[in-house]
Amino acid sequence: MLEVVVAGGMIFCAVLAIRSSHLLQSAIWLAGSSAFTAILLYLMGAPQIAVIELSVGAGLVTVLFVFAINITGEDASTVLPSIPRPVAWAAVVLAIAAFAWMVLPGQQPALTEAGPAVFTSVLWKDRAVDMVLQVALIFAGVLGILTLLGGHEDTGEVAGGAHDH
Amino acid sequence: MIIEPRLVITMAVICLVGIGIYGLLITRNLIKVIVALQILVKGAILALVLAAELQGQIQLGQSMALTLIVADTIVAVVGLALGLQVRRRVGSLDLRDLSKLKG
Repeated sequence: MLEVVVAGGMIFCAVLAIRSSHLLQSAIWLAGSSAFTAILLYLMGAPQIAVIELSVGAGLVTVLFVFAINITGEDASTVLPSIPRPVAWAAVVLAIAAFAWMVLPGQQPALTEAGPAVFTSVLWKDRAVDMVLQVALIFAGVLGILTLLGGHEDTGEVAGGAHDH
Repeated sequence: MIIEPRLVITMAVICLVGIGIYGLLITRNLIKVIVALQILVKGAILALVLAAELQGQIQLGQSMALTLIVADTIVAVVGLALGLQVRRRVGSLDLRDLSKLKG
């Protein structure tokens, strides 16, 4: 029963994140959706990833969104949909049907017995390549943050300098 | 009537993926596209952990989900940085304005 409530809250927040006309509200609803996702992950028996999702998904990403939205501001020109809504709905129904066809009819398989594994052991020994990839990704993120914070000199100043000559 | 938790989570994954795809298709705002992408990836994270739980290898699923969360966060950071620069140079966050750029 608890899973139903949490999953319902997560979907509700996700829908409002998409439907909200204000970007800031959208970011807040996304944070709510992340929090509910973290609870669901915890209920599924994955506490480590639940904590990471809560701190990164509901914390860091939300802060970044609010920061970026404060700089860029709301853009009223993008309220209209990019494609007709019926076409979008048809595509979504098609995608969901394809996904459900793969997942639902087969029924979920029975649990297979696996040896006891520790999260840190799996992470650092079995998936060491992933960790290297994550380090590379984090450096890419640092570069993104530098772009986010810097680069105030726009082309307008260059154009102004050209007019002086 | 007792609903099995795994069925609930499967349905939640399907709903999140659907909402994410709908958001990606319908929105023109660059920041909203990233929001939709985040929702889509949340569905993928849940699906990964659910699949790992079904196979009895929850730790493996957690480590893969961690990689996905890191990648997703970096995508959000780079996307927001890109959106910020687009706003500064083009003056809009509309994706259609980007496609009209020439030169």
